[in-house]
Amino acid sequence: MQESKHKWIRFCGEVLILVALFTAVQYAITAGLLNMYYQINLTSMCINIILAVSLNLINGFTGQLSLGHAGFMAVGAYSAVIMTQFLGQPFAIGIIAACVAAAIAGFIIGVPTLRLKGDYLAIATLAFGEIIRVVLMNIDYVNGPAGVVGISKLTTWPVLYWSMIITILVVVNLINSSYGRAIVSVREDEVAAELMGINTTRYKVIAFVIGAMFAGLAGALYAHFFYIIKPETFNFLKSFDILVMVVLGGLGSTTGAIIAAIFITALTAALQSFPAIRMILYALILIIVMIYRPQGLMGNKEFSRETFNRIWGGRK
Amino acid sequence: MPFTVNKGEVAIMLEFVQQLVNGLSLGAIYALIALGYTMVYGIIMLINFAHGDIMMVGAFVGFYSITLLGTNIVMAMIFAMIACAVLGVVIEKVAYRPLRGSTRIAALITAIGMSLFLEYMTIFLLGPQQKVFPHSAFPLKEYNAMGLLITNKDIFIIVSAVVLMIILQYIIKMTKTGKAMRAVSVDREAAVLMGISVDKTISITFAIGSALAAAAGVMVGVYYNTINPLMGIIPGLKAFVAAVLGGIGIVPGAMVGGFVMGILETFVSGYGSSLYRDAVAFGVLILILLIKPTGLFGKDTGEKV
Repeated sequence: MQESKHKWIRFCGEVLILVALFTAVQYAITAGLLNMYYQINLTSMCINIILAVSLNLINGFTGQLSLGHAGFMAVGAYSAVIMTQFLGQPFAIGIIAACVAAAIAGFIIGVPTLRLKGDYLAIATLAFGEIIRVVLMNIDYVNGPAGVVGISKLTTWPVLYWSMIITILVVVNLINSSYGRAIVSVREDEVAAELMGINTTRYKVIAFVIGAMFAGLAGALYAHFFYIIKPETFNFLKSFDILVMVVLGGLGSTTGAIIAAIFITALTAALQSFPAIRMILYALILIIVMIYRPQGLMGNKEFSRETFNRIWGGRK
Repeated sequence: MPFTVNKGEVAIMLEFVQQLVNGLSLGAIYALIALGYTMVYGIIMLINFAHGDIMMVGAFVGFYSITLLGTNIVMAMIFAMIACAVLGVVIEKVAYRPLRGSTRIAALITAIGMSLFLEYMTIFLLGPQQKVFPHSAFPLKEYNAMGLLITNKDIFIIVSAVVLMIILQYIIKMTKTGKAMRAVSVDREAAVLMGISVDKTISITFAIGSALAAAAGVMVGVYYNTINPLMGIIPGLKAFVAAVLGGIGIVPGAMVGGFVMGILETFVSGYGSSLYRDAVAFGVLILILLIKPTGLFGKDTGEKV
């Protein structure tokens, strides 16, 4: 009885923190305290968090190295834009279409490729991501290589914020469920997992499809904030960007992915006028993290209430 | 006459053979790059993502040796090969050797990092603009053989590629170093017990692979006339596809795969849409991975638990 009451209070506290954070930023935007520069970076931050958390589900928790995340983002972005700009549907329909289309793309690509292992899988997903881009370049309906310009700005702070929260909640709850334990067992030892009766392909595909779906969501949000999308935006360098966040944060740590996404976005903003240096730093991060701390900043640990309690000696 | 051909058919045939000739020189370039991929994979099971970028560095070394030192194209190629051999050895020592005991995914991510590092370090040092490969180093001559248009570029690329491949075959099959390389790729532990220095053998493999990539880089400069810091990515990926097509880890497979990819690509851009040129390479990759991941020449070894 006492225990469940505690849980209830903690749950309310967490919801309050999330709502307070949301309201504070919402107030800052309406009151004009955040100029365009900060709004752009805040948006990229949220989108990057969605991307990093969803890629971490595939790369970190399932242990299947995918290098085609930008491809799913492109599918989502284009589906949403076709819905809102070409067919005149509301943004909600656009977002749903983006998620569905990206999930379907994830399924179509995942089923055949997830039979492959390790580096073969990495190359195959990279190839699929590039194929998506090349196909988009050849579709005249969406203006080929020129892309779509003049997308109305529908990604407001509430949409963005709650999309991000939903992504994090779905991934965290998935990992803590029995599905999640099966997914992690695939990463730890695929042969052993299979011997325990886990249908490894099924769980790999589930993780891949969910990851792709959220990449699609991120694509839809991206398209409706940044005014323009073209196939070139979603090339494999974009996938590498997301990979840097996941690797830096720790393969298999959601909080790590969030922290790394925030850090990388801030770094990108700070080095905006020196793009070459930014990429050199990315490269060094990848190499140095892999050599000295291959599990990433957070490893597979999560930064949670328990961590707070441990650090500040709080009561249980 | 036993059979007659009309003019239209002759033209179609000529067009076909012309595409084949164009494809051969592109294929020779891919084959040279693919050799490096396949040798490195054969010996340490790593997809050296930075390999295409080593080729890019080779192209730049060749470019500067022509423009700054005023050497001819052959000397430029030799300089590029020496420089990249050193670069390949250094990359292996600094980035890949510390990871030899860790997971293959960690090594792959490092290789991706190395690739980005080479690309953007070059952009940082030399600027992102593309550079025009000097025409004076290689005055273009065209020969007309029975209606076929053959340039001295094609001849230069194919002849030097074939010479390099013969030298490589000689090293692998006839020398002690080659024997050591084959031994390490078959069974590293057993090779150590036989007194082979694994570190040295891996270094030599990187040196040879990178030197071949550098030669290919200079050839790309001659073939396309321009070079830029990101030129290594797409040919690198296509050469990787070529290596997988032939069966990764298998040296003759990489040569065949390279030529097949080059010819396929020229046919697609010649008869289809050049926009789909890059997609075809990736499509081929996915088909092989799904149908026969071990490649044309590969044997199925099964998975060890």
